[in-house]
Amino acid sequence: MSTIVETHDDHGHHGPAKGLTRWLYTTNHKDIGTLYLWFSFLMLFIGGAMAMVIRAELFEPGLQIVQPEFFNQMTTNHGLIMVFGVIMPAFVGLANWMIPMQIGAPDMALPRLNNLSFWLLPMAFGILISTLFMPAGGPNFGWTFYAPLSTTYAPDTVTFFIFSVHVMGASSILGSINIITTILNMRAPGMTLMKMPLFVWSWLITAYLLIAVMPVLAGTVTMMLMDIHFGTSFFDAAGGGDPVLFQHIFWFFGHPEVYIMILPAFGIVSHIIETFSRKPIFGYSSMVYALTSIAVLSFVVWAHHMFTVGMPLAGELFFMYSTMLIAIPTGVKVFNWVATMFRGSISFETPMLFAIAFVSLFTIGGFSGLMLAIVPADFQYHDTYFVVAHFHYVLVPGSLFGIIAGVYYWLPKWTGNMYDETLGKLHFWLSFFSVNLTFFPMHFVGLAGMPRRYPDYALQFADFNAIVSVGAFIFGFTQLLLLFIVIKSIRTGKKASDEVWEDTKDWGLEWTLDSPPPYHSFTVQPEVK
Amino acid sequence: MKDSKQTVKKLALLTVGMFAFAFLLVPIYDVFCEITGLNGKIEGPSTLSSVNIEEVDKREMLIQFVTHNNEAMPWTFTSEISQLRIKTGVQQSVMFVFENKTSEDMVGQVIPSVSPGRGAEYFHKTECFCFEQQKLLAGERVELPVVFIVDPNIPLDIGSLSLGYTLFDITDQLSENQIAAL
Repeated sequence: MSTIVETHDDHGHHGPAKGLTRWLYTTNHKDIGTLYLWFSFLMLFIGGAMAMVIRAELFEPGLQIVQPEFFNQMTTNHGLIMVFGVIMPAFVGLANWMIPMQIGAPDMALPRLNNLSFWLLPMAFGILISTLFMPAGGPNFGWTFYAPLSTTYAPDTVTFFIFSVHVMGASSILGSINIITTILNMRAPGMTLMKMPLFVWSWLITAYLLIAVMPVLAGTVTMMLMDIHFGTSFFDAAGGGDPVLFQHIFWFFGHPEVYIMILPAFGIVSHIIETFSRKPIFGYSSMVYALTSIAVLSFVVWAHHMFTVGMPLAGELFFMYSTMLIAIPTGVKVFNWVATMFRGSISFETPMLFAIAFVSLFTIGGFSGLMLAIVPADFQYHDTYFVVAHFHYVLVPGSLFGIIAGVYYWLPKWTGNMYDETLGKLHFWLSFFSVNLTFFPMHFVGLAGMPRRYPDYALQFADFNAIVSVGAFIFGFTQLLLLFIVIKSIRTGKKASDEVWEDTKDWGLEWTLDSPPPYHSFTVQPEVK
Repeated sequence: MKDSKQTVKKLALLTVGMFAFAFLLVPIYDVFCEITGLNGKIEGPSTLSSVNIEEVDKREMLIQFVTHNNEAMPWTFTSEISQLRIKTGVQQSVMFVFENKTSEDMVGQVIPSVSPGRGAEYFHKTECFCFEQQKLLAGERVELPVVFIVDPNIPLDIGSLSLGYTLFDITDQLSENQIAAL
C-alpha cells in the first residue's frame, strides 16, 4: 500500500509519512481502512484459533483437551471477538476505504476522530484478551453475558470485560458519527441520496443502527458494573431487580446488532453481482426501501431471542409475526439479486463466486431463522445446535463471505495489483465446501436435541460432531490461504487496470480513480449526472 | 460540501439520548409488568375489603404457598400450611415461619410472585412482609402473617393461584449501620 503521489499534485508532501508513525498518527481514510482490515484479519485468526479449540474438544464425546471452565472462556471469547473484533471492524475498514471513493470525496469528514475510532479497538481487545491470562480467567458467561451469570457468578475479571465493551462501543459510535457525517455532507455535486451506491446506503443505515443501539449496550454493561460494584439491583432479584430485564435490554441492542453485521454485506454483494452480471442492479429503489424497512423492523423483534422466558401469549404472537415480517424485505433483496443475474452475461471471478455463495447460503440461514421465529417450534430449537447452525450460516457464509467477496473485488483497486485468480478460486471452493461441512450437520444434531455451550455431549451425536470438526479445521486453515493471496497480490501481483473489471467506469466513482488511487481520493469533486 | 458541525452535534445528542433510553427501559419495564401483571409482579398493601362484596360473586379457589430459599441462604423458611381452600372476596391469613439457625445475625428479604401471572392483579395483600428487610439475630425465630383477599372478578378459568416467595440473603449488601438500624 505504498501509494506514490501523482506528479500532477503540486503538494508533494501530501503523501504518507514514513515508518511506524504513519500508522499511529494517520488521518487518511485509506490508511485507517487498511488498519481496520488488518486488525480484523488478525482477530479472525485469534477468534478462529478459539473455534479450533472448541471443535477439537468436541471432536469426540468426553473431555479430552480442555477443562469445562476453559471451554466456556473459549466459546465466550470466540463470540465476542468474531462479532466485535472481526465482522464489525472489517465493515468499518471497507467503509473507510470505499465511502469517500464512492461518493467522490477527498477523505472522511472527521479524519482525527477516525484515527481515534481505530486506535480504541486494539486497546479494547488488548484488555479483553489479557483477561484470559489472569488467574480468575476470562469472561466465561457466553457472548450474550446474561445476568446473573455475568454479575453474581462472574469471574473477577468481568470488570475488564465491561470496560472493554465500553471502549469498543465508543469506537463504533465515533466511527458511525464519522460515516454519517461524511455521507450526508460530502457527496459529489449531483449525487442525490437515491443515486448513492448501495454500499454507501447500507452503511448509512448501519451507522444509524449503531448510534441507536451501541449506547444501549453501554447502558447494559454500566448497569452490570453498578450491580457488581455499587450495590444496585438492576438485575438482582434479591434487591427487587429482574434478570429477565437484562435479556430485554441486551436483545434490544442485540437484534439491531445482528443487522449491523449483515447490511453492509448486502451492499457489497449488490455491487459485485451487478459488475459480474454486467447489468445494473435490478430494482435499486426497492433495495433501498428493503434496507430501510429491515432496519426499522429490527427494533421491534428483540424478544424472539427469549421466547422461553415465560412471556404472555400476546407477546409471543407479536414478536413471532414481526419477526416473520422481516422475511419480506429480505426476500425482496434476494429476489433482486437473482433478477440481476437473470439473463446477465455472468462471469465467475472469485468475488462473484463468493457473492453467489453469499446469496444462496445466507438464504439457508434466513430460512432457519424463519423456523426459529415460530414460537412452538422455537421451544424445541431454543439453545440447541440448530441455533448455532442458524447464526453461523448468516454470519460466516453471510457476513464473512460478503467481506471476503468485497476484499477480492476491491483489492486490485487498493493495491494496484491483481490477486492470483487460480488461488482465489481454490480459496473459494475450499471455503465453500468446508463451511457447509462445518455448519450443515449442526442443524441435524440441533434438531436431535444437542444443547449448545457444553464441552461434552451424548454419544449419539458423535459422528456428526466429528464431521463438523473436520469441516471446521479445513475452513480454519483455508483462511491462511487468503492471507497468502493478499500478501502475494500486494508484493508480486501483476498490474491491474484502472477499471479493474470490465466496463466498471460508468457504475461507480471508485473505478474512475487510478489503481492504486491517489492518497487523497478526489481533490476535485466529480460531477454526478 | 456542507458544514459537519451541525450533523455531528445532532448525532452526539442521539448517542446521549439512547444511553439515557437504556436506563429508561428499567422503569418502563416495571410499569409495563405492573399494568399487564406480567411476571407475576404484585403491588404493595391493598385496600380492597371484604365488606362490600356480595355473597353471590364469591366462589371457591385453591391457593398454594411455595417457599424457596435463594442459593446460599441458610435460614429455614416455611409456610404454616402448603395450601388453602378459600372463598374469593373473603379475607384470609396465613403464617410464615422464619428461623435463623446460624450463629450470626443476618438480614433477609422476600420477593413474591404470583402465578399464573394473569391472576396477579386479582391477588391483593393487605398485610405482607414482602419487600421488607427482615433482620434475625443468631438463632432467632419469627412468625409473620400474610393477609390477603382475592378479587371475585378473577377470570373463571383460573381455578387456583400459587403464591411463591423467594428468600434472599442481603446481609452483605447492607452496611453495619444499616443493619443496626433495622
